[in-house]
Amino acid sequence: MLLISCPNCGSRDETEFHYGGQAHVPYPENPSGLNDREWAEYLFYRDNTKGTFAERWLHSTGCRQWFNMLRDTVTYEIQAVYPMGSPRPDAGGNVSARTTPENGTASTAADSTTTGSAAPSTSTTSISSTTAPEGATP
Amino acid sequence: MADLLPEHPDFLWRNPEPKSSYDAVIVGGGGHGLATAYFLAKNHGMTNIAVLEKGWLAGGNMARNTTIIRSNYLWDESAAIYEHALKLWEILPEELEYDFLFSQRGVMNLAHTLGDVRESIRRVGANKLNGVDAEWLDPQQVKELCPILNISDNIRYPVMGATYQPRAGIAKHDHVAWAFARKCDELGVDIIQNCEVTGFVKDGNRVVGVKTNRGTINTEKVGLCAAGHSSVLAEMAGFRLPIQSHPLQALVSELHEPVHPTVVMSNHVHVYVSQAHKGELVMGAGVDSYNGYGQRGSFHVIEHQMAAAVELFPIFARAHVLRTWGGIVDTTLDASPIVGTTPVENMFVNCGWGTGGFKGTPAAGLTFAHTIATGAPHKLNKPFALERFETGALIDEHGAAAVAH
Repeated sequence: MLLISCPNCGSRDETEFHYGGQAHVPYPENPSGLNDREWAEYLFYRDNTKGTFAERWLHSTGCRQWFNMLRDTVTYEIQAVYPMGSPRPDAGGNVSARTTPENGTASTAADSTTTGSAAPSTSTTSISSTTAPEGATP
Repeated sequence: MADLLPEHPDFLWRNPEPKSSYDAVIVGGGGHGLATAYFLAKNHGMTNIAVLEKGWLAGGNMARNTTIIRSNYLWDESAAIYEHALKLWEILPEELEYDFLFSQRGVMNLAHTLGDVRESIRRVGANKLNGVDAEWLDPQQVKELCPILNISDNIRYPVMGATYQPRAGIAKHDHVAWAFARKCDELGVDIIQNCEVTGFVKDGNRVVGVKTNRGTINTEKVGLCAAGHSSVLAEMAGFRLPIQSHPLQALVSELHEPVHPTVVMSNHVHVYVSQAHKGELVMGAGVDSYNGYGQRGSFHVIEHQMAAAVELFPIFARAHVLRTWGGIVDTTLDASPIVGTTPVENMFVNCGWGTGGFKGTPAAGLTFAHTIATGAPHKLNKPFALERFETGALIDEHGAAAVAH
């Protein structure tokens, strides 16, 4: 069972959460301009990464907020928790970014390498952008 | 006493070195890969072929399933392919000259809510229209068929009835793999173990070879049968699949005297149970919700299924779990497989069977072999083409397939 560090509520069992699939899949900018192939890509095609994967989780029995998480799909190690709308923290997958920020919120810097310890966060600090729909941010 | 297992034939298969070139290469030495190679050789005369397996033969999902075989699917396309598989299961032990203990002890799918009852009766009707044997049982008939089931109405989700497919059952999965492997070998197919695919050689958009940790193998055709790792292979070949890989776990108890005469599945409380020939209770439940490639599952899934099992079968309360294991299942958005051509010329894919691949093994092999040999779909796998995600002709078996995916 995963021990997931909710940015608002702290570390809780996986059973409190709902899995939301791949993160950073924006709604098409021009939906009426898509052909069938492009619609299929948007609706049905998701990355199925073997390794570090950016995904969305909902703390359904807690704060009921969505957040993003980087998790290794082989070892199940949780590498970072960060707000919806923020860029993926470790685009290069480097070791220094394999951390969770101390206050439960990730830096919004795309290449952040300075975020806190790897220990699961128990902070109750709230993050402001959790309710923003993923596709609404650039 | 539990059933005695049959003796194995003296000779199983060779362990050859890979040749530099084959007419076709099948990636994945599990049930589907071996069945595909068998039907390529038997039905299409293609014997200069190789099956590549990164580990040992049938050590992936084939060794990690719960051995249940049934064909009581709702939609016409699914009923057709799974019923064809069931008909093949009925003749294969003789054809392969290997007793893999196909035991047609029947499968019950329990209904626990009024919604379940209505869905189940609808499915019985759909099955009958498709020539699939199906019956609706009331709780008393359920009890007669499986006396250890608790049908009292004061449990959380009482048994309100069940669908029953008498021709369904179980087979010993290891023996199935060995039976196909032995016949493949006899027909000249090279089964190459410890041979991991690391890339593909392409000429323009046409695949012409497979790169492996044991060298490059030239080939005219490639069939992907790698279940949970299909999208990893597709990525190497330069295309995407609408597949998500999830861990699915199962477990067994220690050996018991025969107490469980049929297969019982419950979608609603989500546990399924049968008793293996040797006497273990074999149980399974749902997939883990998240993507994963680790061959183990979450403990809360076991807790949940144990609670359901003990409520349905009070006799199991003192049984011990002996071991658990996990496989990696490749799920699609419509819970139906993908069998057919790919965006890469001469490369074909058989994947997306999700939690139901074992029962489909013979039909997957037969139809996929047809597609590889002729380059065109078989009438049974035509609806399962990759294009359906573009055309919208989905075969939505979520819930309808009598078990959650």
